[in-house]
Amino acid sequence: MSNTSKKQRWWNNAQYRSLFFQVLLVAMVAGFFWFIGSNTLHNLEKRGIATGFGFLSQKSGFGILQSLIPFSEADSFGRVFLVGLVNTLLVSVLGVIFATIIGFTMGVARLSNNWLIAKIATVYVETFRNIPLLLQIFFWYFAVLRTLPGPKQSWAAGEIAFLNIRGLYLPQPIFGDGFGYVTLAFVLAIIVTFIINRWANKRQQDTGQQFNIWGVAFGLIIIVPALVFFAVGAPLTWDMPALRGFNFQGGMTIIPELTALLTALSIYTATFIAEAVRSGILAVNSGQTEAASALGLHRSKVLKLVVIPQALRVIIPQLTSQYLNLVKNSSLATAIGYPDLVAVFAGTTLNQTGQAIEIIAMTMGVYLFISLTISAFMNWYNNKTMMVER
Amino acid sequence: MRKITWALVATVVTLVLTAGFAQSSTKEEVQKRGVLNCGVSTGLPGFSIADAKGVWAGIDVDGCKAVAAATLGDATKIKYVPLNAKERFTALQSGEIDLLVRGTTWTLTRDSSLGLNFAGVNYYDGQGFMVSKKLGVKSALELDGAAVCIQSGTTSEMNLADYFKEKKMTYKAVVFDTHDATAAAFDKGRCDVLTSDQSQLYGLRTHLSKPEDAIVLPEVISKEPLGPVVRQGDDAWLNIVKWTFNAMIEAEELGLTSANADDMKANSKSPAVRRILGLEGIGGKGLGLKDDWSYQVIKQVGNYGEVFKRNVGADSPLKIERGLNALWSKGGIMYAPPLR
Amino acid sequence: MTVHITTPTPDQPAPASSVGVVGWLRKNLFSSIPNAIFTIIGILLIYKLVPPALNWAFITADWTGTTREACTSDGACWVFVGVRINQFLFGFYPASEYWRVVASFSLVGVLVAWLLIEQTPKKGLVAAFTVFCYPIIAYFLFYGGAFGLPVVETHKWGGLMLTLILATIGMFCALPIGIILALGRRSSMPIAKSISVIFIEFWRGVPLITVLFMSSVMLPIFMPETWHFDKLLRALIGIVFFQSAYMAEVVRGGLQAIPRGQYEAAEALGLSYWKTMTFIILPQALKLVIPGIVNTFIALFKDTTLVLIIGLFDLLAVVQAAFADPEWLGYSVEGYVFVASVYWVSCFSMSRYSQHLEKKLHTGHAR
Repeated sequence: MSNTSKKQRWWNNAQYRSLFFQVLLVAMVAGFFWFIGSNTLHNLEKRGIATGFGFLSQKSGFGILQSLIPFSEADSFGRVFLVGLVNTLLVSVLGVIFATIIGFTMGVARLSNNWLIAKIATVYVETFRNIPLLLQIFFWYFAVLRTLPGPKQSWAAGEIAFLNIRGLYLPQPIFGDGFGYVTLAFVLAIIVTFIINRWANKRQQDTGQQFNIWGVAFGLIIIVPALVFFAVGAPLTWDMPALRGFNFQGGMTIIPELTALLTALSIYTATFIAEAVRSGILAVNSGQTEAASALGLHRSKVLKLVVIPQALRVIIPQLTSQYLNLVKNSSLATAIGYPDLVAVFAGTTLNQTGQAIEIIAMTMGVYLFISLTISAFMNWYNNKTMMVER
Repeated sequence: MRKITWALVATVVTLVLTAGFAQSSTKEEVQKRGVLNCGVSTGLPGFSIADAKGVWAGIDVDGCKAVAAATLGDATKIKYVPLNAKERFTALQSGEIDLLVRGTTWTLTRDSSLGLNFAGVNYYDGQGFMVSKKLGVKSALELDGAAVCIQSGTTSEMNLADYFKEKKMTYKAVVFDTHDATAAAFDKGRCDVLTSDQSQLYGLRTHLSKPEDAIVLPEVISKEPLGPVVRQGDDAWLNIVKWTFNAMIEAEELGLTSANADDMKANSKSPAVRRILGLEGIGGKGLGLKDDWSYQVIKQVGNYGEVFKRNVGADSPLKIERGLNALWSKGGIMYAPPLR
Repeated sequence: MTVHITTPTPDQPAPASSVGVVGWLRKNLFSSIPNAIFTIIGILLIYKLVPPALNWAFITADWTGTTREACTSDGACWVFVGVRINQFLFGFYPASEYWRVVASFSLVGVLVAWLLIEQTPKKGLVAAFTVFCYPIIAYFLFYGGAFGLPVVETHKWGGLMLTLILATIGMFCALPIGIILALGRRSSMPIAKSISVIFIEFWRGVPLITVLFMSSVMLPIFMPETWHFDKLLRALIGIVFFQSAYMAEVVRGGLQAIPRGQYEAAEALGLSYWKTMTFIILPQALKLVIPGIVNTFIALFKDTTLVLIIGLFDLLAVVQAAFADPEWLGYSVEGYVFVASVYWVSCFSMSRYSQHLEKKLHTGHAR
């Protein structure tokens, strides 16, 4: 067998090896899933646990504290899923907005040439990002909001808004007939502004003439809908909260569970956003700023035209992943009883129906869908803004 | 590398093969382990609560003790697993506990589609409401528009919805995971009403900052038969639990207590007493236990009446009346099939 | 007549307004009107918040005593924390066995310090001991059941001890899985690659709390009915899977930073894939990602608080449970502040250490 040393043995061939290894891998994964699947079937049958998605149309029979879509005890578990999902999205969207505002402010403040402001921002960031989010949620909910007075001793702002341990009560707008025109005018105004903006940019590129868009935008977006509003006869009334019986009735309520969750989520996520903003601005080469100043650009123009566009390239990917974290972290709602997806669906519904597999799979599916959508957006953005090297 | 992969494959194959076999019964497992894993609440006065030293007491805890006495001959060989309402069934299904005695209401759904079996009733309860005296409410019918604190994952949640709907009233459900969190929220005024099984309301009231400021309303809006639960599919174990509880009720009927058990064993001529003490009749053969199993239960834990009195009744801070939980012969509905 | 100045006039000192304290203040605090306004707002903010907080936490606080009556002042009642400190640290672990926990953590502290301090000798040996022997020692110390140590069931573990156990075991087990996944993700084999990608993206896409729900609720359904996992083990399994996906992404970053030349050189030497990885690539890549690993550890350390939702008694849960004690109603702020400071000190020092490493390691590997 002296010639075998020259001729490669088949199992030393890289291609065969890789094929063999992958087949093995597939077999192991398949084996693993078969193992889990057969156990599951066996266990479900032996323990008499119901299966399938039929439960989604069953009557739920329990109340939910906050719901943006109509919901009553007579609605189905499928509806509970929707209510939870909407509540999750509500706290996520509000959280993203607040976290972004606080985060950008603090990120810029850390780089401020005012020593005191920079230090305060640093202390804020270092304090809140090193304390677990759940602890912060508990702190706001149990230690801060629980000290508010009862309904009868509410803190009132005139007869309009009331704050007590049960929540913040505000007047609720009720849109009458014709309010649709106002909305329509508003949407149209935004579209027109957008078109004018594009035209102005193009003209600046071609001729160098600048066009101040702000005045036009203000006129279009604020004044036009306002005119329409009065033209159709001001079709807006307010439903005022008032103390009747035990509680305030009417108006809209911001429940303390939402406030606590939102505060904690925004403050916590904002620390990471502040860091992203700071690193993004620092990543812009100082030569760029100096060159722009040398060209005679005003400081605000330097920021707007040179620093921010380049910083955003660094900031946006980190920002998206922080938004993603915020959405996932909103699931901590369950710890203080805010009725989000995990609390009402993976919690209460699971307990009432016992169908763990279906429910956990649906819950995870929702988060997975949100995550993948946001990452897809991020990839698209990265490709779009990738630096074109010249 | 290849060795490792083969080892992995071999392991997986072995696991798959063993998966289908190796059934063992709960009773044998408990006896082999020498300890009963018993699921109880995270802390509910009168039912199951641990003191500062970690010693458990309560009517549910005594249920655990009775089963340990019957199976192992020693009422102290128990590992208590504190569970909240949400995790209790999972813990039982997963085998983490052998027995669940945690104020669990017996319902059709739970008995038939969660993979559980109820072994009887150790406390007949009903859902009630607790409010602050300051509200001046005398009846549950005045609760329209109230905010109601409630523990999630309980039958109370559903009963509440039914009751308010039937009476055409509205409410806001404020939901928490544990008894403690629910009671604390009520205490601080997050809600007007605390609803739960009445017995639990009396227990939770002792945890408020000013217990005397809260009253339990007279209405009982549901039937809540609370009982011990076991996994479905192990009939032998179900029988042991079922008959342990029956023996405690039977003992009360026969006047057999932990104090006089030894005396009765030596002197009693009554066939029923001799049967329950394992001196005559089937003894422990049918259950696969020692003949003196029920003697051990009575001697170490006591009869149902004693257990009730000590934990929730006259000798406890809760001072709950026997009511429905009196023997059938004394105006209640506690009734045990004959032990023969 | 012309005057010749032969000696240069000495430099004038800078104007008084631009040097010293005044200059510093002008430059850093009052350089413009908006800046001055910000400064004043900042000073007001500090004045409103800091003195009352210090006053509450230290000056008027009560430190000693054993009962509620010891708290007489308006300040914080640290007596509450002091009375229960053992429970906060050890959960329900029997007091007579505390030394086992202390010994175990001290040992790992010494080992880790040995590995981190640069001058110590025989690092390889110590590392091998930490990886292979320490877990066994720690298991018997914590759980017992051998060498005459009584068994302490896992449901008695709690407090800070449980937090540390969850975080360290989670990390320790997640690292090797993460490395394999990272290699898989960068592999040229399409199936290995796609399996790794799916695994990583799945766990990174879902919240930890649903992972914990899944491992606590569904594991018993997935596994043969004769296998019993206790609650702690179920939580750990969930944490390890979750953490390994994050770890994989960190390691992947390190792998990507290694120049192609290193791979090519190894291949030219005729090294096999595994030899290339073990001896050439991973040692360099792992060194690069140590700061990243520390950062994920910090995240995990904070995330372990979530186990309280599935009923484990970690530090936060034990403290939270203590609030329900009728003897000590109304001291929740003290409890939260205590937990927050424990986490803050640990996380802040770890993140400082990771920044220090980042600076130190930044040298040789500039791309």
